[in-house]
Amino acid sequence: MNRNRLQDLIPRLVLSPSMALILIFVYAFILYTFYLSMTDSRMLPSYGFVGFDNYEKLWNLRHWWRALTNLAIFGSLYIVVCSVLGLFLAILLDQKIRGEGFLRPIYLYPMALSFIVTGTAWKWFLDPGIGLENTMHQWGWTSFAFAWIKDRNLAIYTVVIAAIWQSSGFVMAMFLAGLRGVDSEIIKAAQMDGASNVTIYRRIIIPMMRPVFLSAFVVLAHLAIKSYDLVIALTGGGPGQATELPATFMYSYTFTRNQMGIGASSAIIMLVMIFSIIIPYLYSELRPGRQR
Amino acid sequence: MSDEKMVGTTTGNRLLRALLYTVLVLFAVYYLLPLYVMVVNSVKPLDEIRQGNMLSLPALFTLEPWAKAWSSAQVGVQPTGLKPYFFNSILMVVPAVAISTVLGALNGYVLTKWRFRGDDVVFGLILLSCFIPFQIALIPAARILGFLGIAGTTTGLVLIHVVYGLGFTTLFFRNYYAAFPTELVRAAQIDGAGFFQIFRRILLPSSSPIIVVTVIWQFTNIWNDFLFGVSFGDFDSLPMTVALNNLVSSSGGVKEYNVHFAGAILAALPTLIVYIVSGRYFVRGLMAGAVKG
Repeated sequence: MNRNRLQDLIPRLVLSPSMALILIFVYAFILYTFYLSMTDSRMLPSYGFVGFDNYEKLWNLRHWWRALTNLAIFGSLYIVVCSVLGLFLAILLDQKIRGEGFLRPIYLYPMALSFIVTGTAWKWFLDPGIGLENTMHQWGWTSFAFAWIKDRNLAIYTVVIAAIWQSSGFVMAMFLAGLRGVDSEIIKAAQMDGASNVTIYRRIIIPMMRPVFLSAFVVLAHLAIKSYDLVIALTGGGPGQATELPATFMYSYTFTRNQMGIGASSAIIMLVMIFSIIIPYLYSELRPGRQR
Repeated sequence: MSDEKMVGTTTGNRLLRALLYTVLVLFAVYYLLPLYVMVVNSVKPLDEIRQGNMLSLPALFTLEPWAKAWSSAQVGVQPTGLKPYFFNSILMVVPAVAISTVLGALNGYVLTKWRFRGDDVVFGLILLSCFIPFQIALIPAARILGFLGIAGTTTGLVLIHVVYGLGFTTLFFRNYYAAFPTELVRAAQIDGAGFFQIFRRILLPSSSPIIVVTVIWQFTNIWNDFLFGVSFGDFDSLPMTVALNNLVSSSGGVKEYNVHFAGAILAALPTLIVYIVSGRYFVRGLMAGAVKG
């Protein structure tokens, strides 16, 4: 009997270190950061309670609005282009392509790279002095100009370009797996009814991809909100504050501008943004009764 | 997907196939171009890069930039090259991957084969931790690492990476073990086998695919991490990604593009090799993390 009771306890004992770590490093940290966001912390945490003052200051900062606007531009283009390109490439690769096994890894390898490497590569590629513009000039197209990375209004789009390069292959792989999972009986039936390939994709297959679209959206949206390294390596947030995102904003307010209270409140806003996307998604995925 | 009768019978179709292949190859070029530019320019002398074309092959082949990036380039303030940081990364990645994988396997085993009341709440809490923006953890984590006396050390970074990798490793093993027949576990239990015995003898022998997926996933994520490295690293623990960024952005005088490119490839090499050797598993890991996330 005694042995049995011990056996009953072991599973929970095994789980408890991980659970303790996560409770502290995730949930207690969230509460602590939330608390800090209500204090007058500057260079170091301090505990003078100021209510929602930091949030008020935050929403009055042009710098923060710039970061949010950039996130809106970056996030929406990143999600839409990656999804469209990913679906497009997946459909092309699904046409019984010879050499698919050769092409697929080429489309996908950027995902294995660090954003710092991607940023470094694209920084020089987009640099008008030595990159694409210079190359075009060398080839004789002297009027060619491509200096977006130096342009305050256009620099954020270079972040989009590099990020799409990095992630679109991954979205392609998700869609390809989805396409391969479509029941071939349904397609055969449609073909027998005389439906064309285009119709089959448009009316049958793509609508069946809805869960993949949803997964891709969730993954890309949360990557976009977390984006930090790529901006640091590609533009450093500049020129000026032109490519600042919430993640870089948080870092610089907390650690270089000594405005920890404001930094903490921006982190809380980021968390709220991500959770408002992730929690409904996880809830619908994990709902009891749904087969996983 | 398409029927045999629709493939390549008429000239129109053949034209369409040619177009299809052209588009696919063009995209391959698009994905390969930045890598090509990095490789080609990492073996050119600096003059050639400045005066020449970034796409042309080197007229004068040199490995000088690679040697410099590895052992003598200015990283931050010290002319150490990337070498010490490469080993910092290795020393950080190996234990972090090992510990988080073992814990994830045990967690997944408990959550599927030893279910208890409230286990789905536990799993939900673990799962949600995969998605938090790490900015939320930076300030308190710095405090805790300082409190534990491991701020700026590799040990500290290992702890951080284990904690924030647990969600994914647990998720991977949980999904994998969920499909494993529970009857086998129950039968072994009736035969008197204990918790660890069942895990070692019954589940572990058939776990190699998910172990590979998890190890690759954790290796790539931790090797590629920048945020934690830059926040909690010190000279003795700064990882490769941070060193690369310092190398590229700190050089005050002449920008040695060729050295930067060589350094970028050095930083990318371990994950690229893993990807080339076991790309299949890599994709599976991404899918497991994404589709079932």
